[in-house]
Amino acid sequence: MQATSKIPTDVSYLEYKGKYKGLLSWILSTDHKRIALLYMYSMMVLFLVGVALGLAMKLELIAPGKTIMEANDYNAVFTVHGVIMIFMIVIPGLPAVFGNFMLPIMIGAKDVAFPKLNLLSWYVYIAGALLVIASLLFGPGTPDTGWTFYAPYSFKTGTNMLPAIFGAFVLGFSSILTGLNFIVTIHRLRAPGMKWTKMPLFPWTLYGTAWIQLLATPVVGITLVLVALERIFGIGVFDPALGGDPILYQHLFWIYSHPAVYVMILPAMGAISEIIPTFSQKHIFGYKAIIASTLAIAFVGYFVWGHHMFTSGMSGTAQYTFSILTFLVAIPSAIKVFNWISTMYKGSIRMETPFYWAASFIFIFMIGGLSGLVLGALSTNIYVHDTAFVVAHFHFIVFGGVGFSFFGAVHYWFPKLYGRMYEKSWANVGWLTFTIGFLALYSPMFYLGMQGMPRRYYDYLEEFHSANILSTLGSWVMTFGLVIILINLYRSSKNGKIASINPWDGKTLEWTVPSPPPVENFDEVPVYGEKDGPYEY
Amino acid sequence: MENEKHHIVSYKTYTVILLVLIALTFISIGITNIELGSFAVTGALLLASVKSFLVLTYFMHLKYDKPYIILMVAFVFAVFLAVIIITFFDYFFR
Ligand code: HEM
Ligand SMILES: [Cu+2]
Repeated sequence: MQATSKIPTDVSYLEYKGKYKGLLSWILSTDHKRIALLYMYSMMVLFLVGVALGLAMKLELIAPGKTIMEANDYNAVFTVHGVIMIFMIVIPGLPAVFGNFMLPIMIGAKDVAFPKLNLLSWYVYIAGALLVIASLLFGPGTPDTGWTFYAPYSFKTGTNMLPAIFGAFVLGFSSILTGLNFIVTIHRLRAPGMKWTKMPLFPWTLYGTAWIQLLATPVVGITLVLVALERIFGIGVFDPALGGDPILYQHLFWIYSHPAVYVMILPAMGAISEIIPTFSQKHIFGYKAIIASTLAIAFVGYFVWGHHMFTSGMSGTAQYTFSILTFLVAIPSAIKVFNWISTMYKGSIRMETPFYWAASFIFIFMIGGLSGLVLGALSTNIYVHDTAFVVAHFHFIVFGGVGFSFFGAVHYWFPKLYGRMYEKSWANVGWLTFTIGFLALYSPMFYLGMQGMPRRYYDYLEEFHSANILSTLGSWVMTFGLVIILINLYRSSKNGKIASINPWDGKTLEWTVPSPPPVENFDEVPVYGEKDGPYEY
Repeated sequence: MENEKHHIVSYKTYTVILLVLIALTFISIGITNIELGSFAVTGALLLASVKSFLVLTYFMHLKYDKPYIILMVAFVFAVFLAVIIITFFDYFFR
């Protein structure tokens, strides 16, 4: 700990003039808050690319037969869409942006434990993203395997797989480094008196997440290297022609990628657990139950990966083991939902934009979670596996869950990030348009999947036409809502009303520092007394 | 961090561990010459485990670390083991 520092405490991190000027003062900054914004801006660009690809797919599906692209292009589009959205947006999403920005402040620290490593993680992230993009621009054809890179197709296809695979591998490193950084930060840098049982819930979920990032990501790293070696040298680990086992690939891939869905959703649940008590002005209900369910989800989440492989030909014993474990993991998720609802009960609820996002999160997450049980049961899974039903399920969870939580978090912490308030009425209009569009876009896919429409096809039978039209219309409404939200936030960050230190009457530590915070966050290290806690209303 | 003790491990200990590791490497090469059937993999994995145990305890100082760090490493191995066991629910019963 440095005892004296020359960094002024009355200059915000946005105005602080360090060694460098202009762009360099951002891309060479080790300030966790600037790094958070670097992540946010780069993700925003990639997200818009992903959205454009999604819109293109929906436009293709507005009518049966070829509409705007050939089958091969469609395959490439859903692959790149998936790789961008999963590996570059929702996996790093909340930890890299709000974890970076808020974790140190919420636990009363000046920065993360390893600020330089933190900056390095961003560079690694950008390098991974560039590699994936390179696979589109150069070489023989855009990858067309889907984001899952299933063997044996991923080493048989003639398209440009290597940069994409290597890019996903590099992105994994960024995730590992961030996870490591957060674990050490939480263990070592909590404010004096902030015991584990006094730490706010968002840091708690980041802690659970960080362990998954650290332990599960190397598995996918090695798996992707094996695919690359298979492609280059034909080593025969996954290739049945050489005595390999393609199902082993699926095991290894999902050993990472199922826990990865908890990397996405846990911090999203954490942000919701911050928003709900603030806008209910009430102590969070079941603080310890939420922590326990966070750790339980993180732990049990390691052992359910096989539910993605029920139709792959694995053994019956494995099938029902994974099915039972999958049902178990739904319990802690439900516990959280009950806790959030009970927190609202008899609270004095304020209907502000972040609360709208949080409430709709709960609604959509429940539909996503319950449809997960349909997929987790063996008999029904065989029926809807690889249909539009699965697409609906994971968009409800990943987009309706992680995405809604992210937008809720943006609207919650925006005044802290920029020291300005957004135009609330436009923010609400944006939320409503977005939510209506979202439901119109994805709900029909549950129906389509039940009717038997397969996923990952550019064409479909005439009987699926009307539901698909509704879905495409929904994609336009949702995008319109997104545009409203982004324009509002952009304009408000420049000339919104000046925000106070604590515009929402929150009780966690980030609401005790100026908006925007000074470079080292606190004038004096905050101290937690016996009676202090994160949610003492 | 001034308030933490530093353990100095003697060169002798390091050398002994290094020699043991080298010896184990030769053994694991050696046993591939013996026909052990399906136990060949088990043998190789066991030897590798002993080696990583030695590296963790001495070279990575686990022996001198606080209990909670040891607990963390143990936890990681437990998860790893469980993942392997569950994977074999597929392979053994296929
Ligand atoms: C109650 C909890 C949940 C259950 C029981 C559940 C169950 C399942 C099952 C069984 C599948 C495989 C469907 C198939 O391909 O046949 C699946 C797919 C998927 N789930 Fe969930 N899930 C749950 C929560 C989540 C969460 C929290 C996330 C992410 C944050 C998530 C993301 C995904 C994704 C991305 C896929 C599709 C993967 C692909 O491309 O094949 N799920 N889920
Ligand atoms: Cu899963």
